[in-house]
Amino acid sequence: MEILKRIADALQQGDDQQVGTLTAEALGAGLPAGDILQRGLVAGMNVVGEQFRRREVFLPDVLLSARAMYAGLDLLKPHLASEGVPSRGKVVLGTMKGDLHDIGKNLVGIMLEGAGFEVIDLGHDVAPEAFVDAAVREGATLIGMSALLTTTMTRMRDVVALVKERGLAGKVRTIVGGAPVNADFAHEIGADGYACDAAHAVDRVRALLGA
Amino acid sequence: MEGLLSRLKRGDVLVGDGAWGTQLMQRGLPPGRPPEWFALEKPEVIGAVARLYVEAGADLVTTDTFGGTSFRLKLHGLEGERERVNRQAVEAVRRAVAGQALVSASVGPSGQLLEPYGELSPDAVEEAFAEQIAVLASAGADVLCIETMGDLTEATRAVKAAKAVAPGVPVMATMTFEPTPRGYFTIMGVSVEKAAAGLEAAGADVVGSNCGTGIEDMVEIARAMTRATRLPLLIQPNAGLPQSRDGQVVYDETPEAMAARVPELLDLGVAIVGGCCGTTPDHIRAIRRAVDARPTRASRGSI
Repeated sequence: MEILKRIADALQQGDDQQVGTLTAEALGAGLPAGDILQRGLVAGMNVVGEQFRRREVFLPDVLLSARAMYAGLDLLKPHLASEGVPSRGKVVLGTMKGDLHDIGKNLVGIMLEGAGFEVIDLGHDVAPEAFVDAAVREGATLIGMSALLTTTMTRMRDVVALVKERGLAGKVRTIVGGAPVNADFAHEIGADGYACDAAHAVDRVRALLGA
Repeated sequence: MEGLLSRLKRGDVLVGDGAWGTQLMQRGLPPGRPPEWFALEKPEVIGAVARLYVEAGADLVTTDTFGGTSFRLKLHGLEGERERVNRQAVEAVRRAVAGQALVSASVGPSGQLLEPYGELSPDAVEEAFAEQIAVLASAGADVLCIETMGDLTEATRAVKAAKAVAPGVPVMATMTFEPTPRGYFTIMGVSVEKAAAGLEAAGADVVGSNCGTGIEDMVEIARAMTRATRLPLLIQPNAGLPQSRDGQVVYDETPEAMAARVPELLDLGVAIVGGCCGTTPDHIRAIRRAVDARPTRASRGSI
């Protein structure tokens, strides 16, 4: 559909007004909200995510595109629910206790939401218990943790341990990311996954949840 | 003690200090507290770290006021302590260096996104920097070190705030770059050349780069900077990139490995070499030796 391509293009340009207008137009034309989401918004966001991964675009571009994505997503949400478009899964996100950096985590949340996941964002400075409590309370099947400091990333181990301690291993998956974090570290602390950036995070979450 | 600018004008090469966060952490920073906590509760620990860097040969010693703007302090419920945090941090370093090194007062980013990407207006961030810098200057900072910046508007507003409230204090301003297929850029997409030119236009006395990369990339960043500005350059690399070992994070570029590349920085005419994350007094000692082996700054070619 031409209009879905135009939505994706407008999203890549970071044009939130245009994305909103076109999304409304597409809904008015009777297109399914699920299609508009996947082939319009998500398709556009995937391109931006990939460009950011290659540093062909930078954070400002991603943030403007994200704002544009929400302009469309907010219009779609009531329709997605009434169409019965299933959520791909529920994910709890947060930055470790003591860590106040959350741009990376926010990007992961944006990309996951764009990809059709329900995201419970606990914000920054999140205690290990709070991650696990939220996952249980919300019925989430994955905890995503971010750290930008070497001093806070070691607390990721506590979350992984707590998931096991409460008998949630296999039911609640864990994935870690952030500048000082790497795959070796994720493996050492027993996390289920690691992602080096927001685009990879979506891939890894999909794989872990079979979504 | 002779001021920064006259030493740089004479052609001296100066040595900065190394990481503070890791040093403070090793000395018992309570979990969840920012490093600025030490200024309030244990200034003697700050003094001990400052002494280590002076003994290692640093000409400038940094204050742990990186998070001393109201925006950052607020995140820890310390906004009411802004005056005390910044003043006591400067005073602690000043006492410890006892005239053997310049007190370089650190000013880090607000941690917020500026309009139009976030909510923060450039005027509001400049105001926050001005409040912090006024305290740093009145407490006796010899130099201001605006560092780890990613957004050029935020960085230039910090420089302007410094020049407005502390016109007599030299200002160093450095940004953090990462390698991309098209060269080095900050996370906000600012090129090295644009950063250098923008910071110079804002009134910085020294420009440069800190954090983000190890010394290998820093040599290339410095090279790009020499093409964009005639101002003295400050280069403070990390000790490589963070690695994980047994669940702990380590920066594993050794003092020797780092010092081995210092001559390349000196060839480019870099004026001040120090360290950022993961660097230790041993790294500074090694850099000191490399600088002392050739104490006069190489002349810079034309841009």
